[in-house]
Amino acid sequence: MSSIPLNHAMILAGGLFIIGLTGVMIRRNLVFVLMSLEIMLTAAGIAFVAAASKWGQADGQVMVIFILVTAAAEVAVGLALLLRIYREWKSVDMDEVSQMKG
Amino acid sequence: MQSLLWLVVLMPFIGSLILAVFGAFMPKKTAGVIACAAIGLSWIMAMMILGSLSHEHSVVSAVAYPWINLTGFIVQMGLRVDALSAVMMIVVSFVAFLIHLYAAQSMFEEDGYSRFLAYMNLFVGSMLVLVLADNLLLLYLGWEGVGLCSYLLIGFWYKEKKNGSAAQKAFIVTRVGDTALAVGMFIIYIHLHTFNIQDILTMAPQVWAVGGVTITTVAIMIIGGAIGKSGQLPLHVWLPDAMAGPTPVSALIHAATMVTAGVYLIARLNPLFQMAPVAQMLVAIIGAATLLYAGFCALVQTDIKRVLAYSTISQIGYMFLALGLGAWTAAIFHLVTHAFFKALLFLSAGIVIDALHHEHNIFKMGGLRTKLPVAFWTFLIGVASLSALPLVTAGFYSKDAIIYASWASTYGSVWFWLAAVVGALITAAYSFRVFFLAFLGDQNHKIDKLPGGLMKLVVSVLAFFAIVAGFIGIPKALGGFEPFEEFMSSVFKPLQLSPDKSSLSMQVVLMLVSAAVTLFGIYLAHIYFKKRALSEAVAHSSIMSRIHSFLLSGMGFDLLYDTLLVKPFKALAYGNKDDVLDGLPTGLAGIAAFGNRIMSALQTGRLRNYATGIILGVVILTTILLLRL
Repeated sequence: MSSIPLNHAMILAGGLFIIGLTGVMIRRNLVFVLMSLEIMLTAAGIAFVAAASKWGQADGQVMVIFILVTAAAEVAVGLALLLRIYREWKSVDMDEVSQMKG
Repeated sequence: MQSLLWLVVLMPFIGSLILAVFGAFMPKKTAGVIACAAIGLSWIMAMMILGSLSHEHSVVSAVAYPWINLTGFIVQMGLRVDALSAVMMIVVSFVAFLIHLYAAQSMFEEDGYSRFLAYMNLFVGSMLVLVLADNLLLLYLGWEGVGLCSYLLIGFWYKEKKNGSAAQKAFIVTRVGDTALAVGMFIIYIHLHTFNIQDILTMAPQVWAVGGVTITTVAIMIIGGAIGKSGQLPLHVWLPDAMAGPTPVSALIHAATMVTAGVYLIARLNPLFQMAPVAQMLVAIIGAATLLYAGFCALVQTDIKRVLAYSTISQIGYMFLALGLGAWTAAIFHLVTHAFFKALLFLSAGIVIDALHHEHNIFKMGGLRTKLPVAFWTFLIGVASLSALPLVTAGFYSKDAIIYASWASTYGSVWFWLAAVVGALITAAYSFRVFFLAFLGDQNHKIDKLPGGLMKLVVSVLAFFAIVAGFIGIPKALGGFEPFEEFMSSVFKPLQLSPDKSSLSMQVVLMLVSAAVTLFGIYLAHIYFKKRALSEAVAHSSIMSRIHSFLLSGMGFDLLYDTLLVKPFKALAYGNKDDVLDGLPTGLAGIAAFGNRIMSALQTGRLRNYATGIILGVVILTTILLLRL
């Protein structure tokens, strides 16, 4: 089994992370923001897996499991908030939800 | 006697307290009775104390308790009556009693009747503290108390702005003098470690050399306080304006009692002045200058009360002249007679003013002889006494004593005598000018309000005293009956006569001169009144009219003080109305507010902006770490 070079895995992880990051920064729809967050977490998971296989250690894979659990919990909370926001504002546009403006 | 002495002082205070607290809830009649009874009782007890004084037992003193008790600094709450205080006490309580009776009737229809009476009682109490105090600090308490009451009563009709400013002017101008007096007291305390007047008078000669710098400074500071209170040059400007108050107030405070406090103070501390000849000479010069100045100003005033105010300044000038010449007894004698005839003049003028619907202008009066006979006769007696009509009036005996002293005293000189005699001429002229203009002539006025029985009684009693009060000091040239001088001899040294200028024949000559001068003054006033066309023509010539308006404005003192002190102060206050020093704290607050505006602009409330911020921060920090900057 030919292994995928670490570089490639890292470039994939970095690319995914930047895509997620850009989504968080520029999207206004809260659903997409949550999805972008998921993409960023996944990118981090890929980086862990790649690094674990490179050094032959299981720690990275354990960490990915943790990340998946955290991500599931985060999405649950995030979607609940999203529902509340939708009920309140009849919109999922995050820029509408700016009552904490100074 | 001792507890009686305290009651003399306490009665007016109790009356004032009752009126101040319950005055609004009681009928006006009750308030009037309480006010008069308080002063009346005080007067009766004062008479009893006077009766108990004798040659062997010439002092009554009563110390109640230590007022201020600190280590090494004890001030007693103590009163002391000797001949001088006794005379002041009687004059104050008696004249005040009469004026209270008058005011109880004349002010009856005013709003704030009980407030007025409460102030009046408070004034009498403070004045009695002033004259009876055995130490300077307590005297100062009374001194400030009368100043306060003067302020309250001048501004009694507070709804008019000009009355309020007159009251403030009186308060502020006298405060200038009071500050000087306080400084004088402090210097005395620093050197003698006591405020007790008798201790000061006995210790002063042991500590200070005659004519030394310290004693002269002290004496000049005391003069400062005295001229402020007594309306002498150059702190007299408040007194003519003080006439904004009700007439009984002018009679009581600004004629008979409070304004003579300065005379009392200098007489009380006369041994200090004897040790400071320069200061004593200053007193005489101030007195002579003031009596001429105020006399000239009184000649042209048109407001009847302002004429009387200037004549008060002028007569107190006579008292100061006497003090400066060492004629202590003559000064107090004139104080007593002046209290009677000036209170009389003010109260009769008050009857006229009430009758003519608050008309003060003497040119709009006239022809009141038949309409107001009581006012006519009493005013006549008043002006006769004021202008020292020979032999029959009190003013003649007291003023003559001063004129004689100005010639024959060791401090005397022909200049002082000349000032006093010219002053007598002017006094006669201006007082009879007012009398002729107000009461003679043939104008027909509608009389608004006739004086009540009580008011008539009061002016009659005062008129009686304006004549007979002089008979307790008949000079040697006229037979010599001087119980007053004898009574005062326990307090005052006799007048030092210079041997080459004093003799019985000289006294007679001087007396004839001053009598002739008085009669001439009355004659001048008569000509002025009879030949109105001529006097009008003279008055309207360009130079005379300029002099006229100069004198009418009190020789421009108001203008001078206004430009020199009031306007710069107001400009300064206006410039600083936002408080220049506030700039520092408000500036700091402004910087903080500016920072707040900038930082709060960052709080957009948009989640993605915050996320961007966090990411930017992470990127920048990571970059720094990676590049090891």
